[in-house]
Amino acid sequence: MLTITARRRAQLAILLGPASLFLAVFFLGPLAIMIVTSFLAPGLYGGVEWTWYPHNYGRILGFADPMFEEFDPVYIAIFLRSLKIAALTVVATLLVCYPAAFCISRLSDRWKSFCLFLITLPFFASLIVRLFVWVLLLRQTGLVNNVLLQTGIIDRPVDLIYTEGAIILGMVYVFIPFMFMPVYASVEKLDWTLVRASLDLGAGPIRTFLRIILPLTAPGIAGGAVIVFIPALGNFVVPAILGGAKVMMLGNLIEQQFLAARNWPFGSALAMMVMSVMLVLLFSYVVVSSRRGLDAAPGR
Amino acid sequence: MRESIVRMEKAAKTFATPEGQTITALGGIDLDVRRNEFLTLLGPSGCGKTTLLQAISGFVELDSGRILIDGEDMTDRPPYRRPVNTVFQNYALFPHMSVGENTGYALEVAGIGRQDRARRVAEALRMVGLEGLEGRKPRQLSGGQQQRVALARAIIARPKLLLLDEPLSALDKNLRQAMQIELKTLQHELGISFIFVTHDQQEALTMSDRVAVLSGGRIQQLDTPRAIYDKPRNSFVATFVGASNLFEGEAAAGRLVTTDGIAISHGEQGSTGAATALIRPEQFFLADPGQAGPILDVDLEQIVFVGSTFELFGRTATGRRVIAEIPAMRRGLVGEIEQSRRARLSYDPSAVHLIPAEAA
Repeated sequence: MLTITARRRAQLAILLGPASLFLAVFFLGPLAIMIVTSFLAPGLYGGVEWTWYPHNYGRILGFADPMFEEFDPVYIAIFLRSLKIAALTVVATLLVCYPAAFCISRLSDRWKSFCLFLITLPFFASLIVRLFVWVLLLRQTGLVNNVLLQTGIIDRPVDLIYTEGAIILGMVYVFIPFMFMPVYASVEKLDWTLVRASLDLGAGPIRTFLRIILPLTAPGIAGGAVIVFIPALGNFVVPAILGGAKVMMLGNLIEQQFLAARNWPFGSALAMMVMSVMLVLLFSYVVVSSRRGLDAAPGR
Repeated sequence: MRESIVRMEKAAKTFATPEGQTITALGGIDLDVRRNEFLTLLGPSGCGKTTLLQAISGFVELDSGRILIDGEDMTDRPPYRRPVNTVFQNYALFPHMSVGENTGYALEVAGIGRQDRARRVAEALRMVGLEGLEGRKPRQLSGGQQQRVALARAIIARPKLLLLDEPLSALDKNLRQAMQIELKTLQHELGISFIFVTHDQQEALTMSDRVAVLSGGRIQQLDTPRAIYDKPRNSFVATFVGASNLFEGEAAAGRLVTTDGIAISHGEQGSTGAATALIRPEQFFLADPGQAGPILDVDLEQIVFVGSTFELFGRTATGRRVIAEIPAMRRGLVGEIEQSRRARLSYDPSAVHLIPAEAA
């Protein structure tokens, strides 16, 4: 005879089984392979050699294998640039989405759903196609330069594409819906009588924003920041198309190590570094948001 | 007459509905609220009472007219610069702040130091019976406790005027009655004016020094609870406040005759012409057999026992509805009329109130 708890456990196991199995085989498996690979030596003609070799990380962090490779700060520079671009993408998408969320949340239901539809509209077209349109707009003979030349604002084409600015622009363009949804969800939920109460109690608009509106919409902002920052950090499509060979990000570097340089161990080490940054971020997000939840629970 | 703390002059406000109609929320209202007064704005939903309150707190901008608070023109001042605080209908407590932070918010905003603030928060919470709960979060409190925090938060900065927007409507009946008394006591202790909005006439009569009955964006009558109940100025006030029997007709000295021929005796000798006579249900009593004096004969349709009284629903011979309230201690007599389905209702002519036709 099964007890009730045992039966519930069996039910849970059945329900969670397929998802767990899928993740174990297709996520944890490759992840384990990558972890192992990142500590192996690269083979001379690609592939790996089964010897303990921590210097893949050394190349990035400063203890390279003196026999073959040198420590090169370029990897840290790419790392920092990627962090910077991802952070700027978060800030820029937030600056676009936060005010927009307030406007849309105050519209009538019909206009609301229409606007939400517009925001999801880009998903219907291929990402690559949409990014190549930016190439057409930004290149030396592109629309923007042409207009600026014709109107006489500039007398020779300016470099718009293959810059950090172009990458950030593309990133913002790609990630706006990801920022908008969580931000909008928390703005929509905001109780405007609380804003009134704050004004009524003598707090001006700025203080009301800082003390009431911002803290109450903070979960949405934090959620949006995490959802944008993580894929932006490892993104390789946008820098590949809009950054060209000039501005490289982590995603391109990793891709290059795996496909062009055929140095799988070093590529794996880079990927593990990116992942550890993301894990730290996600973990602190979970800790902070669950602590907030505990704090709000009854009978503390 | 005491000095006024709030003065409204010809305050007007209209709203456009999405369907393209305009609604007159305030139709040129003149109002004086006295110092230390408990004034209630009473009316059905959509009568303009909440708009009137929000015009005072600053959340509604007037189309025309002015508002003075303590002699100062407030018409163009934003809400956060008015010496007025509000207790909101759904409490509107800040969920991310503790009870102490909520209560002290107005002081924090005013730049009052931490120690001073803590002392005054403790004092305000003591006044509403919540001492020691500073550290709790609003959602850990019951509805009644949240109500008290909202109250403490609104009085802590000693506003010149406290506005209460149907604050008791979410509480259950017993708690609501207890809070009514407490609010009244608190108002006396604080010595500031309260403007209280409600659609519950019982609440209005219980708590107020004066009641303003509103309808269609206008003040129908502004008077003491007793005057509102006993001497309503028009039939809207008469029917909205309390149950009523209204008889429209032609008044002569001591007598009013309706178009369907019912004669009502009244004590107002001077009044003549078209008028409406008001008899409250509890002014009727069951006449003894053979009793002389004014009598109204009715056929009974329903007798409802509500505890302290029996409510009789009947019709006159001409089909006019009449409601009477008979004290439950007369249950013997009620038993008799239950049998006969007929009642002879008597009343005191001096208690009958005449509403002149032009006002009705």
